[in-house]
Amino acid sequence: MAKISIENLRHSYLSAPTRDDDFALKRVHLDWADGGAYALLGPSGCGKTSLLNLISGLLHPSEGKILFDGKDVTLATPEQRNIAQVFQFPVIYDTMTVYDNLAFPLRNRGVAEAEIKTRVETIADMLELSGTLKNRASGLTADGKQKISLGRGLVRSDVNVIMFDEPLTVIDPHLKWQLRSKLKELQQRIKRTMIYVTHDQTEALTFADQVVVMNNGEVVQSGTPIELFEKPKHTFVGHFIGSPGMNFIPCEMKGGKAFVGGASVGAVNATEAKSGKTELGIRPEFVSFAAKGLDADIVKVADIGRVRIVEARLAGGYPVKLVVEEGHEIPAKKAKLAFDAERSFIYENSWLAGAAR
Amino acid sequence: MGGLDPPTQCATSLVRLVEPADGGLRNKCNPFGDRMPLELKGLTKKVGADIHIHPTDISFADGSFNVLLGATRSGKTTLMQLMAGIQRPSAGRIHHDGRDVTDVAVQKRNVSMVYQQFINYPMLSVYENIASPLRVAGLSKSEIETRVGKAADLLRLGPMLKRKPSELSGGQQQRTAIARAIVKESDLIFMDEPLANLDYKLREELRDELPKLFAGRKSIVFYATTEPHEALLFGGNTATLHEGRIAQYGPTAEIYRQPNSLTSAEVFSDPPMNVAEVTKSGGTLRMSDGSQWPAGSLSTQLADGTFSIGLKPHHVVPVTGKATGAELQGRVLVTEISGSESVVHFHANGKTWVSQTSGVQPIKVGETVRFRADLSHALFFNTSGQRVL
Amino acid sequence: MNKTLNNKAWWFVFPVFLLVAFNALIPLMTVVNYSVQETFGNNEFFWAGTQWFTDILKSDRFHAALGRSIFFTLVVLAIEIPLGLAVALTMPKKGPWVSVCLILMSLPLLIPWNVVGSMWNIMALPNIGLLWHAITFFGIDYNYTRQTGDAWFTLILMDVWHWTSLVALLCYAGLVSIPDAYYQAAKIDGAKPWAVFRFIQLPKLKHVLTIAILLRFMDSFMIYTEVIVLTGGGPGNSTTFLSIDLVKYALGQFDLGHAAAMSIIYFLIILFASWLFYTLMMRNQES
Repeated sequence: MAKISIENLRHSYLSAPTRDDDFALKRVHLDWADGGAYALLGPSGCGKTSLLNLISGLLHPSEGKILFDGKDVTLATPEQRNIAQVFQFPVIYDTMTVYDNLAFPLRNRGVAEAEIKTRVETIADMLELSGTLKNRASGLTADGKQKISLGRGLVRSDVNVIMFDEPLTVIDPHLKWQLRSKLKELQQRIKRTMIYVTHDQTEALTFADQVVVMNNGEVVQSGTPIELFEKPKHTFVGHFIGSPGMNFIPCEMKGGKAFVGGASVGAVNATEAKSGKTELGIRPEFVSFAAKGLDADIVKVADIGRVRIVEARLAGGYPVKLVVEEGHEIPAKKAKLAFDAERSFIYENSWLAGAAR
Repeated sequence: MGGLDPPTQCATSLVRLVEPADGGLRNKCNPFGDRMPLELKGLTKKVGADIHIHPTDISFADGSFNVLLGATRSGKTTLMQLMAGIQRPSAGRIHHDGRDVTDVAVQKRNVSMVYQQFINYPMLSVYENIASPLRVAGLSKSEIETRVGKAADLLRLGPMLKRKPSELSGGQQQRTAIARAIVKESDLIFMDEPLANLDYKLREELRDELPKLFAGRKSIVFYATTEPHEALLFGGNTATLHEGRIAQYGPTAEIYRQPNSLTSAEVFSDPPMNVAEVTKSGGTLRMSDGSQWPAGSLSTQLADGTFSIGLKPHHVVPVTGKATGAELQGRVLVTEISGSESVVHFHANGKTWVSQTSGVQPIKVGETVRFRADLSHALFFNTSGQRVL
Repeated sequence: MNKTLNNKAWWFVFPVFLLVAFNALIPLMTVVNYSVQETFGNNEFFWAGTQWFTDILKSDRFHAALGRSIFFTLVVLAIEIPLGLAVALTMPKKGPWVSVCLILMSLPLLIPWNVVGSMWNIMALPNIGLLWHAITFFGIDYNYTRQTGDAWFTLILMDVWHWTSLVALLCYAGLVSIPDAYYQAAKIDGAKPWAVFRFIQLPKLKHVLTIAILLRFMDSFMIYTEVIVLTGGGPGNSTTFLSIDLVKYALGQFDLGHAAAMSIIYFLIILFASWLFYTLMMRNQES
């Protein structure tokens, strides 16, 4: 297990990059503690997979350093770094049994058969694969195969970090839940450093202690799931995290107060806004119907079971979404909306006003 | 179970499982009275000894949006291909607008398909891609122009019309495929997990747009998905599929809240529903490990006997202090806290339970926490899996 | 999967029917017709029944030719399959050299078969050929027109030169279709190159190798042109394979009935061997 430091890392797939746009990864700086669960979250093409491959050693960076426990591994191979990786599509050795698949990394490293047996059996037990050890691995379902991929990382005692590259892509929703919570349970139990790459916010937020949100080759915000949800530093994070994403409503600033369509609305950082394009950001979870508030028309209600998602339109034509719990009334056409002032933030040119970047 | 207008009837009582002579179960449903443009009559698909689709009787109304919900290999794709005419049924007939179309070739059926993979003509521009079905149909140049323009506007492809599919993002490529499917105003439009290969946020966007796209059209739309969440967002009607059988069909919210069977309920719950064995006698519900819950108002609603109780995760909530009614006390195994919601997996009464609540729950792994099961929302199934309450 | 009937589609298949009829069915029927009759050429036919077949199956000449064909095929397969695979493994997967390699590899396949025979004929000719000079340079007495072993050596060398690239190209196509993730996973698992070959490449190449072996079996078992040009079946009868013997009967002795019966036996052997091989490979697949 290791502490991972990434210092001024840049990477380009071109041989002679000149402009900033030539870089798939534009100066990334991160410090990760030993034994943590981390996620790299972002849309496709944001650079998260490049960063993952740089950490695992499948790629070498154009500039910058990667340190494992203070030791420079920037140019080391994956074997030298002692990492394990679970890929998007299950990688298993078709001709081997489940047992042999799990034993494979140990046999390659010359571990004695007796020890292999105990280790494989412990891990198989953890992953609920004990019953299938003698079966051919190719006959397993997709989630079983992903467990084998993971197991091949877990059997090794010397693994510094286990990486996951969108591991649940090919898994059905029901099994996704099971495998996801299994992963989380394992992480909480064995405390190994794990890095999880995904475009799916639910997977990232539920798995990781610390989520790194990326866009266009840059880290936009790194924080705990709760921080990212409650206080996004950038409108991109607000939009990307949460389902539906954060509402952003253009507002005017006058004398340290925010006004939406002429009405004053409270916001935590209202006094911090200086200049530029200002928007009020509020999560759909913190908008509610009230006797007093902003006038709005109800456009659409989607019942998604546990909650309903209401689409409303403010006087100026600005759309606002609300999340309403089961059992609460929803007005038919016209409504008044109240924003929780403790959960409202002002964004200035897309960045959270007053926050350090 | 409330009012008995026709759709409700279908969801709760008209879907009955009839034992036919060959021993298989039959799906029966006709919630739409006389309006039944697409009808399947005993439709069956066998490949060798494997039954891919069990005999199915069902009808779909004009302009309806139908979600086929089920796990991988539950028969969604096969059923769509049978209805489209791409595969031939082993038995049974398909009627469309009162006409038997079972033996009509797919080329003559006026159907459109959208697949999980983004399938477009790589050599043609977006405009030509969208126009291709209209050219085949031999429409005039001006007519094609208007129609393509309209479809491109709806799917926000206007600025990309001159580009090749390879120059588009995944979301735009799939939009092009969808535009091609809607432009010819097919009688039947089939979409087989069209959003599965897209990024989470793009998926969210398209989920929002799709129902708007089909609103007010005459086409019957079928949308296959593995995700209950998608079915709920689309509304319309949902058919829950399991192992080649339609477990239930009706208005989506209805099927979600009033499943007719354990199978249908399990197919349509995300996160997976908590299911436990209970024995009801008089005023108590006894769990398999011996613990007891007061039955409350259930004591009169439910006959004595053994049942499976189904509790959706959001009907199991953590409580502070003494809980009244059905209480679960257990050690927390896993917590998944995303900010907007908290999912807690815990061990109680001899099994693992899942609780889902809004906001952030200050719960740690290893703690012993008290939860309350909301029995007023609980579903009860008899030993053969049929819903009884 | 059964598809919807489309009657128009039959018209598209029709040319193929015609082709198959003229190519296979009509000639085959003619051969069957000849194989049960005796004729001396002037359009007189006598019923012979299964006489030709029993004669052939008892004939030492047939057994010898069959033995030579089988031996040749086995040797050729034993060399070309591993060699082709090895070549494919060393070919680059990316970069400008890929197309260079691919073109070089396909060159032997583009040369007409009789030209291949002539080329090697000239190469190996005593006192003239480059190959003859190269071998005799080492003091080896080499003369493929007189010595059986030398004739076989030259034939096998020619076939390996001609056809190994086919196996290599097929294997190469199979290799490049293996996703990168497999190699990455193997790297991470600490697998040595041999383990990568044994547990990833070989299993993933199974289909391709099946096809390669099947193609090479059929081709080498039926080899005719190159051999007739190079050795003419000699010295003596030492390289007279089934195909060559067949032509000797048919055109040399004008023994049409005998030749026809032999063709049918020959055809059945190939059909049976291919079927057996294919079924075995496919059964292996399922289990």
